[in-house]
Amino acid sequence: MHRTGRLYGQFETLEQQKETAALGMWVFLVTEVLFFGGLFLAYTVNRSAFSTAFGAGSNTLDIKLGGFNTVVLIMSSLTMAMAVWSAQVGKKKLVSIFLIATLGLGTIFLGVKVIEYKQKFDHHLIPGLGFDMRYRSEHPTATDDPKEMAIEKEEVEKTFAVDPDTNAHGQLYFSLYFAMTGLHALHMIVGAGLLVWLIKGSFAGRFTPQYNTPVEIVGLYWHFVDIVWIYLFPLLYLIDRHR
Amino acid sequence: MSEHIVSPKIYLAIFTTLMAGTGMTVWAAFQNFGKFNIVIALAIATIKATLVVLYFMHARYSPKRTQLVIVCSVFWLAIMLSLTLADYNTRRHEGRLASATTCYRA
Repeated sequence: MHRTGRLYGQFETLEQQKETAALGMWVFLVTEVLFFGGLFLAYTVNRSAFSTAFGAGSNTLDIKLGGFNTVVLIMSSLTMAMAVWSAQVGKKKLVSIFLIATLGLGTIFLGVKVIEYKQKFDHHLIPGLGFDMRYRSEHPTATDDPKEMAIEKEEVEKTFAVDPDTNAHGQLYFSLYFAMTGLHALHMIVGAGLLVWLIKGSFAGRFTPQYNTPVEIVGLYWHFVDIVWIYLFPLLYLIDRHR
Repeated sequence: MSEHIVSPKIYLAIFTTLMAGTGMTVWAAFQNFGKFNIVIALAIATIKATLVVLYFMHARYSPKRTQLVIVCSVFWLAIMLSLTLADYNTRRHEGRLASATTCYRA
């Protein structure tokens, strides 16, 4: 059935119908809060127990890439909100433009994430065989600044002096890093799929001031994913930057 | 009740605040506030998240029952976090939380 925003029998008004749809989405988001909440809980327990290794793991992340991604994601939330507004005031062309902008920004975010994951592979920071927090400082590449690498080496050795099991506890950090950012990225991919569907609908001119529930509801989902990142960024990237 | 349309001006203002918040988070992370670093980081993140929920997600203009559902999610999350942490923090762990050396030695 092609949904065009006609009134279904169980509702009295279109307004009520739309509110009900939004409420349903919110109930789903409540389950998502608890879903991610479990990971945040695992993170809290392990970080308080192995704070040294978590700090060292956090410092291996690229703050510029992480910060850039935060800006990109918040911008995509703005364009998403603007897409909802465009539909509400009946500017059909703007709906398409803002949805495409949102999809573009989301794709940039995922692309940067790929670069970050690749770096972790290169630096032997994937939990499992071959994981070594010392690897990076012991194997500098031609593009590395020798001074910076010396500082990094010193920091890593300090970490191992405090916590001889840094390689064990660091794997806990990176397991959580990949689980949390991976689950977040999976949500982004689902969101991108939903956006493609919305963009198709917007090209067909389906979203009007009377009927824009799909844009509104995908918007709720997209903003939720943004909120998760708002917490992930300081918790993963900024644990121990103030030495 | 007719639908409330949030104006682009408000969206832009919220966006600017979120950007400022991101800048503040990064700045604060490089200062040494001791154990308050994490408190400050979480406080800023929570303010940002609240702004997103209230304005981008229209919670401020939603019906009361939708708002109740939103508050419930925070409440349930608080139950999960506080009860689990209360358990972890009051239980004896024989010196350490997990015997990572035997489980995870690289």
